[in-house]
Amino acid sequence: MSVIESKNLSKNYFSAKSGKFAGIGLRLSGDPKSPSGDLGDGLCFEVDKGEIYGIIGPDGAGKTTLFRILTTLLLPDSGTATVDGFDVVKDFKKIRSRVGYMPGRFSLYQDLTVEENLKVFASIFNTTIEENYHLIKDIYQHIEPFKTRRAGALSGGMKQKLALSCALIHKPSVLFLDEPTTGVDPVSRKEFWEMLKKLKSEGITILVSTPYMDEASLCDRIALIQNGEFLTIDSPQNIVNKFNKILWSVHSNNMSKLLNDLRSHAGVGVCYAFGDTHHITVVDEKLTINTLSDFLQEKDHKDVVISKIEATVEDCFMELAIPKN
Amino acid sequence: MEKETDIENCKKVLLGEFEPVISAKNLTKTFGHFTAVDSISFDVAKGEIFGFLGANGAGKTTAMRMLCGLLKPTSGKGKVAGYDIEKQSEQVKKNIGYMSQKFSLSEDLRVWENIRLYAGIYGVHEREIAPRTDELLRQLGFESEKNSLVKSLPLGWKQKLAFSVSIFHNPKIVFLDEPTGGVDPAARRQFWELIYQAADRGITVFVTTHYMDEAEYCNRVCILVDGRIEAIDLPRNLKEQFNVKSMDEVFQQMARKATRKAD
Repeated sequence: MSVIESKNLSKNYFSAKSGKFAGIGLRLSGDPKSPSGDLGDGLCFEVDKGEIYGIIGPDGAGKTTLFRILTTLLLPDSGTATVDGFDVVKDFKKIRSRVGYMPGRFSLYQDLTVEENLKVFASIFNTTIEENYHLIKDIYQHIEPFKTRRAGALSGGMKQKLALSCALIHKPSVLFLDEPTTGVDPVSRKEFWEMLKKLKSEGITILVSTPYMDEASLCDRIALIQNGEFLTIDSPQNIVNKFNKILWSVHSNNMSKLLNDLRSHAGVGVCYAFGDTHHITVVDEKLTINTLSDFLQEKDHKDVVISKIEATVEDCFMELAIPKN
Repeated sequence: MEKETDIENCKKVLLGEFEPVISAKNLTKTFGHFTAVDSISFDVAKGEIFGFLGANGAGKTTAMRMLCGLLKPTSGKGKVAGYDIEKQSEQVKKNIGYMSQKFSLSEDLRVWENIRLYAGIYGVHEREIAPRTDELLRQLGFESEKNSLVKSLPLGWKQKLAFSVSIFHNPKIVFLDEPTGGVDPAARRQFWELIYQAADRGITVFVTTHYMDEAEYCNRVCILVDGRIEAIDLPRNLKEQFNVKSMDEVFQQMARKATRKAD
């Protein structure tokens, strides 16, 4: 069953600085049986019930705009979309009562305490903290000791947990999370994703955007978005499988110089830092690891290690996001 | 990405052969009964890229604020760019650059106006500002955005610009507090290439990050747990010591030791 569906949805902003058309033009279609022949510029996009669906893309790609349209906070210029069977324009009130939205920017009441914030959200949705406590228990118990503290005085990680609790207190059927883990340390991020898996097992559908590629691989499906268009939609495993370039990792004693030297080689497509190695795509099929190694040693690199590797989601993103040589 | 010369520099610092540009000795900050930073000691060499890691609430920002002369230590000593952080905090501020996610550029000013403003605050000579602004925008490929309002720029651009502005006055050290938060993988890599260029110019980079692939790019990293330094070494050595493949795994093992419930 599809939870989110739409047709020819688009929102356009006229960007003053460049005069370019910068916005999103997408089409979401929820009914798998509907004819998909006339999709136009957009791409078919549907989110199934109980799915963790990742929206991945560079800054300014249109992720937040998409979230705002689907949560009925922004009107699309054209096209239609439905969430949980309701139209984002006509039935906006019904949608608002059944979705939870955690914006990228902390948007709770800074002058209210932790508990007061949660009470406000519960009462707006005609419910109580007690009624849905089981949903937020795992998250809320981390901040419950501080329930009399003002929200504005919480640390980043605590704010994030409070915001998620507030987004969940009315037992939404769909949860929209716009970059929920930005600025959160690696250990807390892991905990946060454990919580999302639990919410998924409660049948809650989750649409999440993130700049962390290790999180992208934890989604059931991801959509890579750029300049308001979906580049590809698939499971993380399939996206990785579809990567059809030859990918090598390269290490030497001088990584900063190595970046420039690799980029100067005609057989190298893209080259970027990747943790303690650089990753390169090989565009010249005749290039071998040995010849590249010799090339680098001539340029005074020592301890050169080159190996053929399998792509990760991050490599797929980089392939799409950075300009070619 | 260790450069040999930097490793040599680090060694020299550790052996005491020349004066480090940042040095902390038993630096401590308490708020009431809470010890945010607990007697930390370390030295950072000139031109080094020094990664300062830790969970939310581990004390990173408090330590950084003390080193920048913005917060007085409860006890202990610190020297930055040759000045005492407690007694000569104004001198410290003049010789450093600072950039964080929160404190960045003025959104309602144009790109060139922001550069003009901060260059003026840091006392860059009037005559130098205009030509160097053009030069900077050319290097960044931002010439067409010179008259754009900063708020109209994508986040990745703002951060690159904020970093460039923070080192416009050629400080000895630049402090970066989670400079790449929320930026996509491609923009983060472009940002780190700017960091390398700054380090190549001899600017010491003191940086906090939650991205563990970025920890790999540092010459040395220091891991803070509950206000104390739990480890300080080359990323390579830490990975060897913990017998793991990535800094993420090192961090997961170290940070789980934390007992502090700041989150």
